Order: sequence, then structure tokens, then C-alpha cells
Amino acid sequence: MPSVCFYFQVHQPYRLKNYRVFDIGNNNEYFNDDSERDVNNKKVLLKVARKSYLPTNAILLDLLRAHPDFKVSFSLSGVLMEQLEEYSPETMISFQKLVETGQVEILSETYFHSLSFLYSKDEFRKQVEMHKERVRYFFGVEPKVFRNTELIYNNDLAREVEAMGFKGVLSEGADHILGWRSPNFLYKPKGAQNIKLLLKNYRLSDDIAFRFSSRDWDGYPLDAPTFANWVSAVNGNGNVVNLFMDYETFGEHQWEDTGIFNFLKHLPGEILKHPDNNFVTPSEAIDRYPDVAELDVPHFISWADVERDLSAWLSNPIQRDAISKLYALEEKVLSTNDKKIINDWRRLQTSDHFYYMCTKWFSDGDVHKYFNPYESPYEAFISFMNVFNDLKLRIADRTINETEYLV
Amino acid sequence: MSYRVLMFGWEFPPHNSGGLGTACFGLTRALADEGTDIIFVLPKKIGDVRSGRMRVLFADTATGAGTITFTEVESALVPYATSESYMLSGSENGDIIRNLYSRTLLGEVKNYALRARQIARKEQFDIIHAHDWLAFLAGIEAKKVSGKPLILHVHATEFDRTGGQGVNSDVYDIEKSSMEYADHIIAVSNYTKQQIVRQYGIPSEKITVVHNGIDPDFRYNVIPRLQKIKKQKNKIVLFVGRITIQKGPEYFVRAAKKVLERYPNALFIVSGSGDMERQMMTEVAYLGISDRVIFTGFLRGDDLIALYQAADLFVMPSVSEPFGITPLESIINGTPVIVSKQSGVSEVLSHALKVDFWDTDEMANKILSVLQNDSLKETLRENGHKEIKKVNWNSAAKKCVAVYSIFL
Repeated sequence: MPSVCFYFQVHQPYRLKNYRVFDIGNNNEYFNDDSERDVNNKKVLLKVARKSYLPTNAILLDLLRAHPDFKVSFSLSGVLMEQLEEYSPETMISFQKLVETGQVEILSETYFHSLSFLYSKDEFRKQVEMHKERVRYFFGVEPKVFRNTELIYNNDLAREVEAMGFKGVLSEGADHILGWRSPNFLYKPKGAQNIKLLLKNYRLSDDIAFRFSSRDWDGYPLDAPTFANWVSAVNGNGNVVNLFMDYETFGEHQWEDTGIFNFLKHLPGEILKHPDNNFVTPSEAIDRYPDVAELDVPHFISWADVERDLSAWLSNPIQRDAISKLYALEEKVLSTNDKKIINDWRRLQTSDHFYYMCTKWFSDGDVHKYFNPYESPYEAFISFMNVFNDLKLRIADRTINETEYLV
Repeated sequence: MSYRVLMFGWEFPPHNSGGLGTACFGLTRALADEGTDIIFVLPKKIGDVRSGRMRVLFADTATGAGTITFTEVESALVPYATSESYMLSGSENGDIIRNLYSRTLLGEVKNYALRARQIARKEQFDIIHAHDWLAFLAGIEAKKVSGKPLILHVHATEFDRTGGQGVNSDVYDIEKSSMEYADHIIAVSNYTKQQIVRQYGIPSEKITVVHNGIDPDFRYNVIPRLQKIKKQKNKIVLFVGRITIQKGPEYFVRAAKKVLERYPNALFIVSGSGDMERQMMTEVAYLGISDRVIFTGFLRGDDLIALYQAADLFVMPSVSEPFGITPLESIINGTPVIVSKQSGVSEVLSHALKVDFWDTDEMANKILSVLQNDSLKETLRENGHKEIKKVNWNSAAKKCVAVYSIFL
């Protein structure tokens, strides 16, 4: 009877343009690159919408209509929703149509896909509220289950979001926290009362997200009946198979010519062929299944890289320097009451900026390089700090003006 | 399989004036470690390398492995032609100077080649390996009398030395005909390989890229210098290289001006000499930054190491740099680097900042970012230190041996 729980992350950051020291004080538009480079946000969004979001949404809509028991869930970051509204309203409409089927759950996250939980609980709560408001606006629903940026999680996070009224939280089924335990059950976060924890089955999830087109993999080429058998094998050993992945897996990370769309088209039908199988959304899983044990996660985990920790964003001096300086501005930024300054500051919090500065494995040319629109992590840092210095000038200008006004 | 190599060079430490001698030294030592026997032929002018520290160093490192024997030739070669002499060839007096220049330098190259014939007749060897154009004709003559395969090692082409302006046709002809005649070519970078294909019409399958390495001994403890200057919150930006058109000193100076407008505590040190030195000093004075740009002249040994270690940042703004060993020397001494994208060394460095040599705005942008953000300096330093371990002469020597084995 394993229930399959799909959750897709949909996110695109506002990437910084190449911002030189000479721009400081002269240019306060940080995100408006209009070149052919991959820091042109509109260009990237339109490309991903065309290659991934639109075709995958069309397939999912057909599947949801064909299989009334098929369910999926999404988390769309606030900055993604904002960009869809501005650059590709048709894509937003296609997401809305999915939600209208009633078979799709929308999850909660921080509006800016930020690491705010690590640096400012106030800011974190504000961003969750901002995101909720946008989800209500676009989809008319109230998120009940929370997933933090990149599934970053520990006991404190569970307690915090429980206090905010969520009934569930998602994270990574990392080996080093699970040990002999299985990710295919719900758990009770240590210290929490009424919130349940869903953990990603990373083997099965990554078979689709990372290994699908890998020719050196034993499972290649993967087809839907085979994958459905793997899922069914959980029968008797678990309640729910959590397949969590980036939505861009379909058509962007795995290109159309890998057969990924065809795989997706057949997957729900194949899974439902086994009479014991079904689909649930995270909320349904929480309502249906008990937590089997308490899980203690004192240190942060995430779904990133083999380390499953924070090192993708916070492992070198430039990353730590940039982010701590940014959050140190919080009070001053908010006290300006300047909407644009506050919004720019928040857009700078998006975790991707720090991911781009990651130098782990950089010289070996892996996934970090593939997902980096900058020539190097150092270029990402240099533009970020120049922008940061411009933002500081704007805050100072603003403060001086206020003072003059008051006098 | 142990090979015996007849190698023609033009300079060798400590009598070197640039990176070429350093490269020959690093490569031959690693080749000896690989079990290769090397007869290294040098022009007499370079000095006696048999006596003194070189001989001792090799005896130390080559125990049980290959050996290196030095042979010298009477000749008046100078390793680096000056860019001034090239530039003058286009001027009023150009022809006179060029003839004079050609007569002496080309005459010496031919003299060297003649001597090479005698050596090639006398010595026993399996393969010939010649470094750069001054030694190419010697390599060719050695092949003619011995019939042994000839490998040319291109550390720089005439296009690099002149920055593409006023290429000397005699030098170009020697390079081109030698490359055509040789059995195989080793290029110090993909950048150089592409130059050889494009400018000399050599098919790319005849060229193998072997990146240079860095000798870990290049870092050692020296008495710190410039500490007073550093205590006064000055940050040091370093240029090391010949002050010639190839090395792009004018771009360094222009970037310095832009940096100083925003960061007055930056101190720029130019270490090296060359025919553009006076021009650069004039330019610095004209820009009004003479107090912040220091010319030290040519430095070596402890002086140079101390400078690398004192600097906050090293910049190599070369217009065309086939490899560029100085950034590696800087990194190994703990100082991060900015290198021009028009360089071979940028192919082996991920943890370096990279700029187009002509983009002095971007150069200033990056210099300022390093000076203002200690975290950037620290990250580049940490990662560069790890990365540079992979840039070693042993892997270069292995690749050379692999090239030899094609023909033996």
C-alpha cells in the first residue's frame, strides 16, 4: 500500500547582472540584465517555461484528468510567481489550471527562497507570510505544509513552523540522520507536538532527477513500468514514497530527447496498475498515516550535494562574508521604509546567490558549474558585493534625507 | 623504457632572465625523475651551469633515475629580443637597425645550429627536443645529421613576443619552417596550440599540449619585507615580468589609476625591467600616481619571493601569454592572482580571477574587490593552494615521455 507523494519545487531567482565597482552610486537596477547571457532573468524564465513548465504542466493536466486518483504537490517560490506574472502569464495560468483540479496541493516556503531561517527568525516569518499571501492571490488556497529552502531542516525549524500553524514539514531523507530507519514513514520532529515530518526518498527521487539520462547507470534506460515496480517493492516496508525534486527535471535538467516526458506520461498509470498503490499529497499523507517515531535532527540538513548539509551555500569565506553582511543590514534596511530598498535587499537573500559563490568542486566542473550563470564563483561574489555596497549607499542617502527632513 | 634525449635550450637558472629558463629547469628535472637521460645543450653566453648550485640540485634529485649532462656552445645569444627593436623596424631608421639586429642575432642562431651538428655527431641519443625558436635550427641540424626524431617545444611564438605588432619575418620564417620540418610539436597551452594552427598553418593533430608546472620549492621562508608599508594599511598589488609590450604593463598602470581613485591606500609594485620601463614611468607620472607605483627593477631569489609573499594580489595583464609561470609562483607563495584571459595559465587555474587584458575597467573592478574583501582574498588563497598541487612538473614530464614514445 505505498502511497506515492510527489512534490515539485518550482523556483527561479532574480540573478544579478554583472555589476562593477563603477556602477556603485550610479545604478540601482541590479536584476535587469538584458543581454544574451544567463543572468538575463526574463530570457532564462522564458526558456525554462518553454522547455519545462509549459509542456510538463500540459502533461500533468492530462494525467490528472485521466486519473482522478493521481495527486501532486508544488512549491512555487514567491520570486518565481512574480516572474511568471511579469514575463509569462500563460505559464501562471497553466499552474492555476492544475490547482483547480483539486488534486494538487501548494506548499508553503519563504517568498524569496532564502536562508532567512538561519539568520533572522523575524525575517523568516515575514517571508513565509508574504508567500502565503501570494499563494492565496494566485491559487485561492491556504498552504498547510511547509518546506524550507532546499529542504534545509533541523529540530528548531520544525518547532518554529509548528508554532506558525503548519501541520507538516518536508525534508531530506539523509542517511546520516535516518541510520537504519526508512524514509518511507512519517516521523515526529524532536520537541514538536502536532507536526509531522515527510522525508524524501532520495534514491528513487534521484533516479528520476539525476540519473534518468545517465548512460553509466545500471538502471539506464529507465522506463515507467520498471520504476513502478521499484515503488511497489516498498509495499509492506513503508507507508509513503516521497518523490521530491526540482520541477525543471522535466525538460530542462533532463531534456525532452532523453524521453523524460514520455516516462512521466506513463508513470501514474503504471504505478496505479498495482492495486495496493495510490497517490497522496503531503497533507493527505499527514492525515492518513501516523508518525512512527521521533526523529532528532539537531544539525541542519538539506537536499543539496552528496553532503546533504549547508555547504552548498555556506562553505567558504566569500559565502559566509556576503550573507552575514547582508543580514547585518536588516534593521537599517527596514528602518528606511523604502519599498524598493527593502525589496532589493530581500531579493539579495535568495539562496541561489550564495550557491553561485560555492567553490566546492568548482575546478572539477560538476553540477555547481552547470547551474552557475557566472563565469566563476568569484564573479558572482564580486557583483554581489558591489551591489551590496550600492545598497548601503542608498540606505545612507535615505537616512541622511530623513534626518534633514526631521530637522 | 628509458630514453636518451638531446635537448637544446637557451637559458637556465640561475642565469635566466625569464620564465623559459625556469620551465626548462622544472621540466628537465622531472624528466630525469621519470628515468630519462638528458644532454642539455646551452649557448655559452648563458654562463656555466656545471659549476655551482644547479649541478648539486640535479645530483640530489636524479639519484637512481636519469641523468642530466650539460653541453655548451660558443655563441652570443640573448634569450629575449626587445620589443623596442621590433618596433623600430617600422620607423625611419628601421632598416638599418633591423639589419644590424638580424646580422647579429640570426648569425648567432645559425652559429648555434652549426655547433649542434658537431654535438649531434658525437653524442648518443634517441630523440631531439628543442625549446623555442633560438634553438629550433639547432634541433633541425641535429636531426639532419642523426636522422633522429625532432620534437619542438613552443613556449612562445613571435606573435606573443611582439603582441602581434611588428612580427619579425625572419623569426617567423624560422619558426614556421621548423614546425613544418619537425616530427611533433609540444605547445605549453591550448592557447598556444591554437596560435600555431592559426598563424603557422600546422595541423592540430601534430601538436600536443603540455602545460607547465610549478616547483613546490619555489615557496620557502624569507625575512618578510615591506612590513612597515603594510602596517600603514597599504595593500600591495604586484606585477612581475619583463616591461615589454607582450606583458601588458600599460594596462596594469591604467587599472592602477582607476583603483587609486577609489582606494588610495593601494600600492602598485612593478618588478622587472624591459624596453618599456621609461615609457611606463612617464605614463605613471603623467597620470599623477608616481607616489603609488613603485618600479623595483629586475628581482630574483629571496627578493622576489619576499615580494610575492608581501603582496595582497598579483596581476598578470599579458597581451598574449603562451603560458605564464609567474601567477603560479605567486599562488604558491600564498598570494591570489588576476590573469589575462589571453594566457595559457588561465587554462589550469580555476581559482584565479580572469580578465581580458584590454578591459582595464574590469581589471580595476576585480583588484578593488580583492583589496576590499578579505574573504575573497582568503577564498582564492585557500582554493588556489589546493589546486596548484595538481599543476606540477611530474605530470608535464609524463606527457613529454608519452610524446617521445610515439616515435620510439
